[in-house]
Amino acid sequence: MSTENFHIESYSQIRNQSVSLNGETIFKSAETEFNAFIKSAYKTLDTQYPKFFKMDQLSKLALIASDILLKTETDKNVALVLSNRASSLDTDRKHQASLQEQEPYASPAVFVYTLPNICLGEISIKNGLLSENSFFIFDTFNAEYLQIYAEHLLSTQKAKKVLCGWVDFDNGKYDAFLYVVAKNGIFAHSKKEINRLYKTE
Amino acid sequence: MDNVFLSYNNIVSAYGFDTNAAIESIKKEESGLKVFDDSKILSHPFCASMINSVKLFEAYQQLQPKERHTRLEQLLLVSLSQVIKESKLELTERVGLIISTTKGNIDVLEAQNTFPEDRAYLGELGKQIKAFFGFHNEAIVLSNACVSGVLAISVAKRFIRQGRFDHVFVVGGDLVTPFILSGFDAFQALSAEPCRPFCNTRAGINIGELGASILVTKEDTRLAPESVLILGDASSNDANHISGPSRTGEGLFKSLRLAMEEAGLTADDIDYISAHGTATQFNDEMEAIAFNRAGLQQVPMNSLKGYFGHTLGASGLVETIIGMHSLHQNVLFASKGFKALGVSEPLNIIEKTTSKKINTFLKTASGFGGCNTAAIFQKVGL
Repeated sequence: MSTENFHIESYSQIRNQSVSLNGETIFKSAETEFNAFIKSAYKTLDTQYPKFFKMDQLSKLALIASDILLKTETDKNVALVLSNRASSLDTDRKHQASLQEQEPYASPAVFVYTLPNICLGEISIKNGLLSENSFFIFDTFNAEYLQIYAEHLLSTQKAKKVLCGWVDFDNGKYDAFLYVVAKNGIFAHSKKEINRLYKTE
Repeated sequence: MDNVFLSYNNIVSAYGFDTNAAIESIKKEESGLKVFDDSKILSHPFCASMINSVKLFEAYQQLQPKERHTRLEQLLLVSLSQVIKESKLELTERVGLIISTTKGNIDVLEAQNTFPEDRAYLGELGKQIKAFFGFHNEAIVLSNACVSGVLAISVAKRFIRQGRFDHVFVVGGDLVTPFILSGFDAFQALSAEPCRPFCNTRAGINIGELGASILVTKEDTRLAPESVLILGDASSNDANHISGPSRTGEGLFKSLRLAMEEAGLTADDIDYISAHGTATQFNDEMEAIAFNRAGLQQVPMNSLKGYFGHTLGASGLVETIIGMHSLHQNVLFASKGFKALGVSEPLNIIEKTTSKKINTFLKTASGFGGCNTAAIFQKVGL
């Protein structure tokens, strides 16, 4: 194991109709439907990305959760290491349903979002990041694998910082928890601490 | 720092159920691609490489499964079982499992499919493979579009270097489904004939189905004759467009540069390039630009898509395995389908299969979401 010490600089969460940064709520809405909720978060949080409205739900979730962490980030060598349970299944179901219509059709605009890593592309475009990307699928949030992988990218200087975490959108339910790992920060970059922050409401 | 090697490997493809079947056909420059006319899959004829379901089921039955598995699971189990057997490794907590796939069991969403829809969760696929062989650790499923296969090797190396595993089994696969074909068809990206990467007559991609497996290990006592050392690897996003490559090849160029830097090599040290080469207009042009920017335009290069088609989550893995055998047999395989250069920058495309002493090769991949990956491999014991 690497002996270097890295830290969690900041973290964001989107769940239960609210968006939070380092544990503090920065946006809350009475809107129970995801699309209306996330659109109003986009406006209130002053996110500048007109393409947002054309994206699928997973990318919208990932973009807002990442933007509140990356907005003030000046370093461009930030690797993206995201994970979830449902992959792009929300959009996959949409694409499959259109093939089973009376008059089957396939829309390129839908099909392109049938990959979970597309949201990494959106975050990269929005922030101008030409960095390492990987998207993992786990049954539940796996802090250990994320911790090890981020630690490797940082200790081998493949990245200066790593944006890590979980973005899951499935059947209208959403859960995002992202965090930035860097040399300096407030929290320890340990499996225990990552799990603790993930579970913080 | 631990050396990390690629070792025992398997390919289940249209050619047959082991790596050798694919190598022997490629040597004869035989393509695994055929034109199919099946309206249940696509409304018009399409060109693809497909695995015979009856033969696959027979091979799967020999594993004496106690439960029912989907077609993709059968494919992955048949492929991985051979590699686990050859490696003679006990599956302890020091052994990892990485699954590389873009769509997994996506066919369970089809109305007539008899498996529950929950099987489409990639974690379910991971659980099936883990349970079948009795892996100790949760599977790491990697779904990163068309770079997944090369990136999976990279991820395996990184987990080994970081000290979490001593050995990682990487298995990759995807199916030819109405889901995939209709999507690429909607992009007007499908070629009706066998694809012709980098050729001036290229007319798009073919999709192929395939399962491939490999052992990634730090122990030099676990090596196959064709084993290679991983010298360097890197990934970079284009930060440009989600469904089209960068016109300047930005992300691929950066991946090439960083992989060569880690390997401590220059363009002159690379003997062979196994390119992504999907045979779409934009992809092949972008690659030509990136290879030229990296000074790699004179290195003998092929795309293996003319043999297997684009096998999505398996493509980077199977193409790396073929590269290992290329090195071992000192042979450069012809880039099937190529006649005359059809990109704006020079490239040294292999037109005829030829014998040549080669020690080091570069594998690249690029995909939707703007992702690019490069990895460099070298013969062991040089």
